[in-house]
Amino acid sequence: MSVLLLAEVTNGELALDATAKAVTAAKALGDVTVLCAGASAAAAGESAAKIDGVAKVLVAEDVGLSHRLAEPAAELIVSLAGGYSHIVAPATTDAKNIMPRVAALLDVMVISDVTGVVDVDTYQRPVYAGNAIQTVKSGDATKVITFRTSTFDKAGDGGSAAVENVAVPATEGLSSWVEDKVAKSDRPELTSAGVVVSGGRGVGSEEDFKIIKALADKLGAAVGASRAAVDSGFAPNDWQVGQTGKVVAPDLYIAVGISGAIQHLAGMKDSKIIVAINKDEEAPIFQVADFGLVADLFDAVPDLTEKL
Amino acid sequence: MKIIVPIKRVIDYNVKAKVKTDGSGVDLANVKMSMNPFDEIAVEEAIRLKEAGVATEVVAVSIGVKQAQETLRTALAMGADRAILVVAADDVHTDIEPLAVAKILKAICDEEQPQIVMAGKQAIDNDMNATGQMLAALLGWSQATFASEVKVEGDNAIVTREVDGGLQTISVKLPSIITADLRLNEPRYASLPNIMKAKKKTLDEKTAADLGVDVTPRLSVVSTAEPAAREAGEIVGSVDELVAKLKQAGAV
Repeated sequence: MSVLLLAEVTNGELALDATAKAVTAAKALGDVTVLCAGASAAAAGESAAKIDGVAKVLVAEDVGLSHRLAEPAAELIVSLAGGYSHIVAPATTDAKNIMPRVAALLDVMVISDVTGVVDVDTYQRPVYAGNAIQTVKSGDATKVITFRTSTFDKAGDGGSAAVENVAVPATEGLSSWVEDKVAKSDRPELTSAGVVVSGGRGVGSEEDFKIIKALADKLGAAVGASRAAVDSGFAPNDWQVGQTGKVVAPDLYIAVGISGAIQHLAGMKDSKIIVAINKDEEAPIFQVADFGLVADLFDAVPDLTEKL
Repeated sequence: MKIIVPIKRVIDYNVKAKVKTDGSGVDLANVKMSMNPFDEIAVEEAIRLKEAGVATEVVAVSIGVKQAQETLRTALAMGADRAILVVAADDVHTDIEPLAVAKILKAICDEEQPQIVMAGKQAIDNDMNATGQMLAALLGWSQATFASEVKVEGDNAIVTREVDGGLQTISVKLPSIITADLRLNEPRYASLPNIMKAKKKTLDEKTAADLGVDVTPRLSVVSTAEPAAREAGEIVGSVDELVAKLKQAGAV
């Protein structure tokens, strides 16, 4: 069995956390070849070669591969697919955009958000917002998979895989990049942070999210938000934790003013320790919290920020 | 310009899914079913493009059991012009995989020649997030997934996408597949007069076999289980007690 793993490369840099977690999952399936693609990808390739368990690294550099547009990325992967039994990636928004396109071009079914590998063709994945875990067996010749990174440990370093350049097929320009609006933040990235502080509808306004941010900064944490808070315009969408946002599993998750809707729990219930602060003692979030505090968040959160 | 909107009948957003005791799947008998929330957003966006004079016709398509008729009527009541139901299953528990759905939609697109397929980004039952991308591949069209803003300019659509780091804006050549994310719009409620009018709109029925598509699943479900339950912990009385507990647990 041999696995082609699409590394997460953003502006020429390897997203090590997501890629190394996917490597852990992929190692269970066979020899892992990592593909780094982009307008510049050589540096990312060098970094990927050091991940423990990587047998080989392919670098594909072409201006058409910049900005991770799905059409050329899928063409590239399909051009390389021949020798591999599995084509996998971490379940980032980039990979979720690209991998189903790859699967359809290969006439196979994509297997999204895999959380467990049973054997080379049997996998576990959450369905219904994580209210059920399905075990599925694929009958397809090539398995195309995205791995939910929050459930796999990061592979270590110490590898020294060979790096090889590959040719990039010419594609017609079906789409083109216009601009990125990337939030600049000194806080850790949400999906790889050790601590996450999230605010919900109870926070009440974009302005009052500052108390969530203050607690997060005290703890060196990432900031998250419930779908209700995003919907209400209190927080940007890339902070959303839940079924339709990001899935996180930090060591400590602090949910502030979040009731605990099914779809939010789907994104955080694998966290090691969950703290809930909510003034409604009936809030479902308390049913999954290790420590619950029934209190007005506007009193409790600043107090907690000061005392930690 | 014609817009096709694929919609799926799924368990209602507010209903908690329960796993059947025999582990064969999630129990959908006597459960409230509704339109997939992301598809509702897609229907709304298509109707707005029609209201803005960009689109001339909005066609809703659903693939699944016969009862998906009701879901299509909802789309018609919101403002879609006509509907196509492709019956591909007898039992509500049979989920048609995104690859098969994409093949059926491709056959519909070959007939209807739309300029845009406006789909939801993900169905809240199988959570696959795949149909739009797969359809784009099969048609050889451009794709713009996870859209939070859509503008049609000439032969292109300018789409702002919700991505991990923030927002990305791309320009896609039409025809294209666009998939709707949460913040694209807020879907309208159908008014009573529009619900009455929707009953008179055309709803054509076909089968997957009519379109020559084999819907045999590629993934077989070995088992479906409840996730490991998380036990509720303790309620602490004060911020001081919370700090003490967190220190004791080594969390801070």
